[in-house]
Amino acid sequence: MTTTTATDPAVLRALLDRVRAGREFGPNVYSTLDVLQVLYDRVLRITPATVDDPDRDRFLLSKGHAVAGYYALLAARGFVPVAWLDDQGGPDSRLGDHPDRLLVPGVEIGSGSLGHGLGLGVGTALGLRAQGRTDPRVYVLLGDAELDEGSNHEAIAYAGATGLGNLTAIVLDNRSASHGWPGGAAGRFTVNGWTAATVDGRDHAALHTALTGHDHHRPHVVVAVVTDGEWA
Amino acid sequence: MTMRDTFVTTAEEVLADPRTTVVLADISAAAFAPAAARYPGRVVNVGIREQLMVGVAGGLALTGQRPIVHSYAPFLVERAYEQIKLDLDHQGVGAVLVSVGASYDRAAAGRTHLAPADVALIDTLNDWTVHVPGHPDEVPGLLRDAVCGRGSTYLRLSTQTNARAYPEAGDLRVVRDAGPGAPLLVAVGPLLDAALAAVADRPVTVAWTHRPRPFDTAGLRALAGTEVILVEPYLAGTSARVVAAALADRPHRLLALGVGRSELRRYGGPEDHDRWHGLDAAGLRRSVDDFLTPARAAA
Repeated sequence: MTTTTATDPAVLRALLDRVRAGREFGPNVYSTLDVLQVLYDRVLRITPATVDDPDRDRFLLSKGHAVAGYYALLAARGFVPVAWLDDQGGPDSRLGDHPDRLLVPGVEIGSGSLGHGLGLGVGTALGLRAQGRTDPRVYVLLGDAELDEGSNHEAIAYAGATGLGNLTAIVLDNRSASHGWPGGAAGRFTVNGWTAATVDGRDHAALHTALTGHDHHRPHVVVAVVTDGEWA
Repeated sequence: MTMRDTFVTTAEEVLADPRTTVVLADISAAAFAPAAARYPGRVVNVGIREQLMVGVAGGLALTGQRPIVHSYAPFLVERAYEQIKLDLDHQGVGAVLVSVGASYDRAAAGRTHLAPADVALIDTLNDWTVHVPGHPDEVPGLLRDAVCGRGSTYLRLSTQTNARAYPEAGDLRVVRDAGPGAPLLVAVGPLLDAALAAVADRPVTVAWTHRPRPFDTAGLRALAGTEVILVEPYLAGTSARVVAAALADRPHRLLALGVGRSELRRYGGPEDHDRWHGLDAAGLRRSVDDFLTPARAAA
């Protein structure tokens, strides 16, 4: 079942402000919000009732520092109580500066150290395939700077070579890689046999088209480009 | 049959359970080719990519698969240590890690293929079971039990072996009893035969285990007198902290023997490195005698 109810931006903004508690957030938080909204509102087949369903879609937040918007969205969608947002990072909070899957319902992986999500995503995709679960899809959200980590390139090459068709990587490209990706991030995937779409990371319709543009035979990457750090 | 052979044979048997998946990084891929043909999709060779190998194991375990991850010891444990820490332990999932190569099975290959620190590194993690078998016949049972469980196990295979198998000696097994109060020598894995030869005519009780973690501390407390000697086929002192904690309420002396820290930059064979690290029978006897006769050591 694909959820089609949109998360009210005003609600999301208010929830994010509860997480923020007066602190300044960097561009990494705001640049991720649109893609998270499109994923949870229109793409991922996950609800608070299906967080343990073996046939659910998997969303793996590999860039674990982009956590504020993630928590706000999980609260907006009912995965975690809204009250949890108020003490984020506190001594009794379940919400750290990076997410922990053992502490937060709906969180598929604990992340923080960069370059771990895509390998875990490849393993998850292989596990689903070994179990004959052809329906669920694995989505992994990375950052363009995170792509610096060589472990990603191990996963990109292997997933492409073996046609891991139930895997989608999303690269949130806010141009933060110190040495950049000349020619764009997508080329690092397509040269290994992935399908790719590069879109405006603020354009919900374009994101939705890209995030549903896989062909089921090859892994798919969506590069979501966000060059300004504000969130409307 | 080597330990590696019995591992491959047993792994193929346990692959009959559809929840089992073998994850490789080229090492032993040829040996697993028949299993891969029989169980497509559940023998995964990621190529020479050890970070991915362990990450894939974590992802598989998240879906409920039971991963068996296999490579050369330094590439399995040391190269991908953060993946072991985060992609398995931090995610709250387990795997069975099976290494070959041990401390210096391929001594002539040089430092890159030596892994004396592997057990110590695994020991920085919480709640792992570590098996160091001393004979190929011990491997099938250890692998089957590990795969049946849900936790994490490190199974350290070697070309060095004892002459006979001592199965089911996770708890300390007394191989030679020198009577109450005698010094206790605990040998781990393939060093039992050398240890027995070293103290053959000495009044020393010899106990053996293939399972240094969790260490049988109750058995240790039951057997230990004042003197305890550890003989481990990996980094010297790896189990010293466990013994010290187990005997913290008793006056005791501990001699922890094993592989030294310094890089020898010498080739040869494993038997040469045993000798250079004092782990052959003659070297062990010297160390034990010095320990049990302090005046002699001082002289």
